[in-house]
Amino acid sequence: MSKHLFGDTAVLLGRSLRHISRSPDTIITTAITPVALMLLFVYVFGGAIKTTSDNYINYLLPGIMLIAIASGIAYTAVRLFTDMKSGIFERFQSMPIARSSVLWAHVLTSMVANALSLVIIVLVALFMGFRTSAGPVEWLAVVGILALFTLALTWIAVIAGLSAKSVDGAGGFSYPLIFLPFISSAFVPTATMPGPVRAFAENQPVTSIVNTIQDLFAQRPVGVDIWIALAWCLGILVLAYVFAMAAYRRKIS
Amino acid sequence: MTISAPRDRGPAIRVQGLEKSYKELHVLSGVDFDVAPGSIFALLGSNGAGKTTMVRILSTLLRPDAGTATVNGFGVTTEPVRVRESISLTGQFAAVDEILSGRENLVLVARLRQLKDPGAVADELLARFNLAEAGSRKVSAYSGGMRRRLDIAMSLVGQPKVIFLDEPTTGLDPEARIEVWQVVKELARQGTTVLLTTQYLDEAEQLADRIAILHEGRIIANGTLAELKRLLPPAEVEYVEKQPTLEDIFLALVGKDDKVGSSKDQP
Repeated sequence: MSKHLFGDTAVLLGRSLRHISRSPDTIITTAITPVALMLLFVYVFGGAIKTTSDNYINYLLPGIMLIAIASGIAYTAVRLFTDMKSGIFERFQSMPIARSSVLWAHVLTSMVANALSLVIIVLVALFMGFRTSAGPVEWLAVVGILALFTLALTWIAVIAGLSAKSVDGAGGFSYPLIFLPFISSAFVPTATMPGPVRAFAENQPVTSIVNTIQDLFAQRPVGVDIWIALAWCLGILVLAYVFAMAAYRRKIS
Repeated sequence: MTISAPRDRGPAIRVQGLEKSYKELHVLSGVDFDVAPGSIFALLGSNGAGKTTMVRILSTLLRPDAGTATVNGFGVTTEPVRVRESISLTGQFAAVDEILSGRENLVLVARLRQLKDPGAVADELLARFNLAEAGSRKVSAYSGGMRRRLDIAMSLVGQPKVIFLDEPTTGLDPEARIEVWQVVKELARQGTTVLLTTQYLDEAEQLADRIAILHEGRIIANGTLAELKRLLPPAEVEYVEKQPTLEDIFLALVGKDDKVGSSKDQP
């Protein structure tokens, strides 16, 4: 059965990408809130914020990208939920195809859609004065970490999509994830925060990822943060995948 | 991919002692029936009688608690992959992709079934189901009847041996309903085995070679229409004025009581 996994996933990925190309608003919507936040923080609050970087947008961009991903993955949950509601999910499940290809197609679609949103955001950031001395190796590392983060969060979205009772429920799970970067080093250095908040901010996944990307963009040594970031991403990924697959098996057995 | 050949010349579907419960609720409590190859078998029952549960088990979407079921000679729990190669499911709600066009929907299914020329398969089915003109339009612009026809067309891709139709005409207007009936009859004429569920008595009467009545999780009657009629006391001869049914009137007024195949669709 798994001999068809790649072929079936490719066919179903083509279907989902066609959905996106026919409603590109999902890409735009994903990009628009982070871009608005970027404008707000750079041109309104930014003057009053003291960071490690003299160019605030250089400091801000990594966190903005994580917010974009956290909101973008909600569409995966919604698309998966819509498939199950419409009956096309059952059609696929009753066909001689590799059954997990249905999930993989949605996961890969999420990767593509989020990548497109991030490209828009980076272009806007460049226009607003974002500059980096990062070379190909650093860029590759940034892309790799963002891809891993997207993959991990997408599998959380799969759990939400499979177990939601309504479309609102399928999309709503991502709000806490979108909020997480605000209590991290994404907008201001954690050193300015009061004790308990600072403790939370410094020990949640977003801070280590933000720090790593900030360092890579500035060509500073990344230190231990990159390993903490990778550990968080991989940990979330494995857990989310296991729970998603369990939810999937409950759905199809 | 080639469709799996039947293992023997036995029944296309054989169900024996099938049971399924959801917690305390016994949906199926010992169901037995056989369906002969190339015949139309109607599972008749009211809402909640267990018809959909039956279809979901036969199409490998649900595991039974007890009993056995084979489709095209393959056990639904022991060889689900072979069963899926032999069947197609048209569920209660049209399983079509709204954002794709009708043709893209058919090509998608043909690709997933690893057929040689997906485009040609799609065009052939579009023509056969009177959808050639609408083929390039998005399905979200289709009428209910067109959607159902596309749904059934998608189930025919790859010429499966057995087709499950779960309440194929629920929610359709009378014209669309008759269109679906024509399609089902045509399928059986070509040798496909059709199991359909319905809550409409006239639908079972119109289409089915055999009718089984599912009530409270059991088959309480199973036979041809003539056999079922014999279960009741012999008919008494009464003289009553033949009144046209509302359906007769409706179809006469909209002028669609002749050949259905030639009808034109209004999306």
